[in-house]
Parts: sequence; C-alpha cells; structure tokens
Amino acid sequence: MYALEMVGITKEFPGTRALDRVSFSVEQGTIHAVIGENGAGKSTLMKILSGVYPAETYEGTIRIGGKEVRFRTPRDAEAAGIAVIHQELSLVREMAVNENLFLGAEPRKYGMIDREAIYVQTKKWLDFLGLDLDPETKVGSLGIGQQQLIEIAKALSKESSIIILDEPTSALSEEEVRRLMEILRELRRKGVTCLYISHKLSEVMALADAATVLRDGKAVGTFPVGELTEEKIISLMVGRTVADLYPSRKDPRDETVLEVRGFSVFHPVRSEKRVVCDVSFSLRKGEVLGVAGLMGAGRTELFSGLFGAYGGRTEGEVLLEGKKITLRHPGEAIRRGIVYLSEDRKRYGLFLDMEVKKNLSMASLDRWVKCGIVDEERELREAERQAARMRVKMADIEMKIRGLSGGNQQKVLLGKSLLARPKVLILDEPTRGVDIGAKADIYQIIGELTAEGVAVVLISSDLPEVLGMSDRILVMAEGRVAGELARGEATQEKIMACVTGGGTFA
Amino acid sequence: MRKALSFDIRAYGLIIALAFIALLFTLLTDGDFLSSRNLSNLFRQMSVISILAIGMTLVIITGHIDLSVGSLAGLTGGMAAILQVWFGWDTGWVLLLALLAGLLLGGWQGWWVAYRGIPSFIVTLGGMLIFRGILIGISKGETVAPLEASFQRIGQSYLPYAAGYILAGIVILFLFLLTARKRKKRREWGLKLEEPVVSYGKAAVYSLLIMLFAYMMNRYLGIPVPILLVLLLLLVFGFVLNRTRFGRYLYAIGGNSEAAKYSGINVKRHTFAVFVIMGLLSALAGLILTARLNAATVGAGQMYELDAIAACVIGGTSLKGGTGSVTGSLIGALVMTSLDNGMSMMDIDAFWQYIVKGLILILAVWWDLSSEPGGEGA
Repeated sequence: MYALEMVGITKEFPGTRALDRVSFSVEQGTIHAVIGENGAGKSTLMKILSGVYPAETYEGTIRIGGKEVRFRTPRDAEAAGIAVIHQELSLVREMAVNENLFLGAEPRKYGMIDREAIYVQTKKWLDFLGLDLDPETKVGSLGIGQQQLIEIAKALSKESSIIILDEPTSALSEEEVRRLMEILRELRRKGVTCLYISHKLSEVMALADAATVLRDGKAVGTFPVGELTEEKIISLMVGRTVADLYPSRKDPRDETVLEVRGFSVFHPVRSEKRVVCDVSFSLRKGEVLGVAGLMGAGRTELFSGLFGAYGGRTEGEVLLEGKKITLRHPGEAIRRGIVYLSEDRKRYGLFLDMEVKKNLSMASLDRWVKCGIVDEERELREAERQAARMRVKMADIEMKIRGLSGGNQQKVLLGKSLLARPKVLILDEPTRGVDIGAKADIYQIIGELTAEGVAVVLISSDLPEVLGMSDRILVMAEGRVAGELARGEATQEKIMACVTGGGTFA
Repeated sequence: MRKALSFDIRAYGLIIALAFIALLFTLLTDGDFLSSRNLSNLFRQMSVISILAIGMTLVIITGHIDLSVGSLAGLTGGMAAILQVWFGWDTGWVLLLALLAGLLLGGWQGWWVAYRGIPSFIVTLGGMLIFRGILIGISKGETVAPLEASFQRIGQSYLPYAAGYILAGIVILFLFLLTARKRKKRREWGLKLEEPVVSYGKAAVYSLLIMLFAYMMNRYLGIPVPILLVLLLLLVFGFVLNRTRFGRYLYAIGGNSEAAKYSGINVKRHTFAVFVIMGLLSALAGLILTARLNAATVGAGQMYELDAIAACVIGGTSLKGGTGSVTGSLIGALVMTSLDNGMSMMDIDAFWQYIVKGLILILAVWWDLSSEPGGEGA
C-alpha cells in the first residue's frame, strides 16, 4: 500500500514553472529519499505537501493512504498526519524543550495548561530518541544536533504517520548523523513513513529504500536504492556525468606563507576558559590544508579567532610570510591577505537586501574607492567578471542576493572573498547545503586558486571532501590538534580515530 | 524587471499621496494652500524637522534610533540663546560653540552605543531626559530672547530674487552636465544605457521643478535660507549614502552587522560616527529653530524626534535598518508638514491634527509593507 501518492503536480510562479507534472509514490513504512540540485523543486514540493501552498494554487492530486486530500493550511496537513522538519529549525529558543514540543497543542486541564502531562510526555519522547535531557532545558542552550532531534520528537508527539525531513543533517556532526539514522530506522520499524530530502548521496545510499530524483522541476524517476550508485544519482540529478568532482592539483610550493605557533583562543564570556588550546601549524603557498573534527572541536573558534572575528581574547604567535603580525579585527586580517568565509552564511556573510554586486564588493571596496567615493562603474565591471568566474546563476547582477539559491549565494560569497585578493583563504564548511553542481564548481575554483599560489584552509565535516581536496589534514578534538595526516596516509577511519581521541598520528 | 517596477510603484506612491494631500488642501482652502506665501511658510516650517530627518535616516539605516534629537536641538538652541542674550557673545562664536556641543553630545551617545554596546533606544532615551533637564537647568525655566539680527537671519532671511534664479540656473546646468558625464562613462565601460530621451527627459523634468520652486518662492520673499540649507544637506547626504564607502558601509551595518564585521568593516567606528553626525545636525536644527522663533524656550524641540522618525518611516526607511534614503525622508517630512500646515489653515483643532498624523503614519507603513515584493516564492 502507498502511504503517499503525488500525481501530476504542477506548480507555477510568475515566470517559472517550479514543478512540472511531478508524480511519484511512497510505500508505507519506508524511507524515501527525494534528491535533486537546488532549484530542482524539492522545497516547492515539500511546501505543497505541508499545506504552505494551498490546494488551489497548484494542479495535481495528492493521496494519503489512498484517499485524496486537499490542504488549505499547514494545520490541515498536520491533521492528516504529515509533519515537516525544516532545514531551518522552527523552535523557540527562549522556551524549554517541553514547551516547544507542545507549542500550540498544549494539553489542558480546567482550561489551564497541564504542566505535568507535558513534562511526562516530553520525557517519554526524549527517552525514545535516546536524549538524556531535562525537559525543562531551554532549547537555545542545546546544540543544533539536539535541536534537530527535538524537532523530530515534536513531529512524533503529534502522532504523524509521514515525516518529511528537509536536509536534516546539514548542520550535524558525523556522530549526530549516525544517531539520526538509527532513529529513522527505528521509526521505519514502527511503520512511520519518512520522506528524506538530502544532498548527501552517501546518506541516501545508506538509509533510504527508494529515491525519487528531481531535475528542473520534473521527476526523472523513482528507483529502488539497490539499483543506484552515487555516480548514477549524480548523472540523473545533473543530467550529465560529473567526471571528476575533485580537480587534480599540483603539489604545493615549498614557501611557507602562514605559520601559527602556540595559538590559544579564550571564551568570550568566561575569559579564563580556553576554547582553542596551544595550536601550532603552518601553511604553504598553493596548499590545501583540510581541517577535520567534530562540532565543538574548536575549528571555527581557531580560525575566526585568527581572523580577529571571534569575541574572546587570543594568544600566540602568527607569522605571515615570515613577519610577525597581530590581528585584532577582520579589517586588519583582510588588508594583510587573510580572508575567512564563515560556515553560517546567513548570519556572517550575506547582506540579503543588497544587490549581488554590492555583496561581491563589500570586503574589497577600498580598491575602487578614491577620496571615499566608490567608482561604481569599475566596481560593477569587477563584480561582473568575478560572478562569471564563479559561474553564479542569476538574472542580473543588480538583483538582490535574497533571490539566489543557496549554492549561488555561496558562490557569491566565495567570489567576495577572492575579490579581496587573499594570500590565505580560510573556508569554513564551504559546501554545506550546496548542491552537487555548485559543489563541483567550488572545488574547481579552489583548484584554480591553489595553482595561483593561494593557500587554502578547508574546514569541513564532509570527510570525502576533506580527503579529496587536501594536501594535508589537521584533525582537531577538544580545542587541540589531535593529529596531522599527509594526503597519502589519510583515510576516513584514521581521521575518525583521531577525532574521537583514539590516539595521535605524527 | 519586476523588482524595478514594484520599486517605482512604492516611490511614486509617496509622491501621489503628497499630490493628493496638496490637492485636497488646495480645494478646501480655495487655493490658499498652494499660494506662494503659504508654500514659503510651509518650507520654512519643515526645515527643522527635515534636518533632523536627514540625520535620523542615517541613524535608522545603520540599524539604530535616536530619541534625543528634539531635546538636543532644544538644548543647543537654548545654549546659543543664553550665550548671546545673557553673556553678549557674538553670533559667530555662539554658532560655533552650539555646533561643537551638538558634536560632543552626539559623540557621547555614540560612545555608549558603539563601544559599550548599550542599545541606542536606551542611550538616547536617557539622552532625551538628560538634555532636556540640562536645558531647564541652565535656562532656569525662562524664555531667552531676543537675539541679534545676525542670528535671526539663519532662520528668517531669504535669498535675493536674482540670486535665487542664478542658483537655480547653476543647479540645472550641473544636472545636465552630470547626466551627460554619467552617460559617457557608462558607454565607455560598455554598460547598459538608457535611451537619451529618458535620461535627458528626467533631467528636464527636474529642471522644471527647480525653476517652478524658484519662481514660486520669488513671487513671495525669495528662497528661504533654512530650506536652502536643507536642500544642501540633502545633496550632501544623498551623495554620502549613495556614492561613498561610508554610506555603503552604513547600509551594510544596518543590513547585517555581523556580516559587516566579517567583511572587515569597522562597525563600532561607523556607528560612533553616525551619532556624531546626528548630534551635529541636531545642533544645526536647534539653531535654525531658535533663530526662526527669535527665542529659546524650555519646551523647544519637544516631540521633534518623533516627527523626524515618522518622516523617515513614511519616506520608506525601514526601522529594521539597511534600507532608506534621504530623499524619501524629506518627502516624508513634507507630507507631515503639509498635514500640519493644511489643517492649521483650515482651523482644525490640534487634537485632530495629532489623530490624523498618527493614522497617516500607520497607513504609510502598512502600504509600504503590503506593496513589498513577496520575499519567498519565485
């Protein structure tokens, strides 16, 4: 029996057809992956399924358990047993776990909220998910991974029979991903149907029973996962074969460009606590230094501290091209040629209401400024050239960046970093939430940069990426360097052993 | 394309609203509203709020608010009057000192906001009380008057007729030169170019408006000096916001201050600078106010901060920061002043004026929000 059938779904926006006669069916009690590049129509499909786009605004039929349904509001979808766990979490950070779980559906007694019932039921769901948490913990104090699990608990507490997960692992560490997958398998055993939207093909291969591939708003097909390989999925998604995801690169030069000795970063509030402790490393021209580690291992703290953007005090020596430097502010770092691209592009990167052009030029405006006045024609020309090099897909360089897909936004930010002419480019999770086509472009660009002699630091939780791109890999755990691996000797297993503290590699 | 169009609708909406208000009052006052005499009055009335609104636009774009500008204008204007009337200082020194005081007090608030991280709402709410308190203290609650003729002139004098026309002519000449230069540059760089009819047509329409303005003002006493100052500030700060790095950074900080920091922008220094500018402009507004009234009172400038904020908001500046323009704020100020002026001419009770202005403010923002291109979707 099918838990969910979508038949001939067509959804149009002014000027574009986001979905074009998409049909597929999901069997009861399976994990069904929906994959496709950004802009392929996945989000639109999910919004239709969850009632965000009311039934009148699209064509086609949705059947749940064989019965046709028409949703007018998200509440209708919820009542039909569909729960959506969004890429961006919809929890109230200032509220406790149990309050979040029952937000809008609080059990009542004599018209008052029944606090005991909420507490007890929350505890039950937390236990089921293996979360050892007090239900009265504030959500804001939890890590992203735990918050994700609480979203799932929220879905379960509504006794949903179909759970839609939209890129659930994009912010999770390896460990948390494994946990999530276990839980999903457990749910499958209990007969819950999951729709799993992801870019990460390895996860799809490991977890899903079947996969529907979307491309340009059309369903390319639905396949049992057993019949698929990663290469085949990529070619289905992109419509062509991506020959080599990782570009081949020459060996780095022997000149050292950056040397860091005994670097420590202190907590911004508790100023005695070290979040990064006594880290030393060096970086050569044209080298890609991969930095692996779990969330909270201090990778972001180390490099944003180096960049002068982390709130806390720093300590230690930094030598750029042999000269000792101190960086108190990102402005100083950028002027000296050290550029850092944050993992959280919405928060630390994008000016959503500004044009693509202005986003591109923001870190390098000084180059087109005379007497404080911006030479806008030169700015525009350079921005256009950079956007073309990054292969940004956009209608117009003077459109707002809000309108671009995640992958294209990321390319713009990468372009912005390059316009600042870095000697050392630090990329923090540059391909998180980015589709495979944009990913390949980003790797290509990294390859070109290193050929020009730029040194790249690649912080990533995506191990195949770290292994595929790096000349050397620095593994961090608990604020320290847990090991350093050369290109030849590094494997996923060795990195994982390092990450979890299972010995050091010299 | 769609975006460009919807933006235009929003910009024109304000002009249409203004035209509607003018038409309404003209009909209701048998044409007196659009008489040269009344327009001259109206422009002089709006000059103080306009200067505050220009500064406020910068503050709001940066993502802050300044509630102290009315008190600060009152205080600096009061200081100036006291120094002249009680201590006999020359006008030149008085003006200099008042502007310096505005600069320092603005800087003082900016320091709290930028370097101590206190929300601007709180700092300037404090400033509003403190500055008003100082004013009451130093003036002992008295009205300080009269001022020397040289001081009064800042708020009350007019440009001679010939000078007014010559100035208008020069501005028009520059307008056409700039249009030609921009077209040439864009052609050299191979960028998109408007049809010549469109660019020069726009310049012609602006020229016509400028000449009309000069003519209407000259039919009465000439172009009022305070409004000339406002127009000069409009040009300066319009240029600063649109063409300079400083302006670009203000939009960036208001749009996303974290991202601004990561882009290497010195957020604190720019925030500080904005409050310094606001202080300076508040002092200038205070001087013009004092000069126009030929007196300083303890209540001078009260509630002006709200009028200035309202002018910005009606003009399309978002309180979230990151968007807005001085031209919009100036048109907003014109809308507010026209309402004041028109309703006063019709002898409508003051309480009605408050109610109408309040409703217009809410409606303006509602309209602005509802005509905003829908964020998500396509």
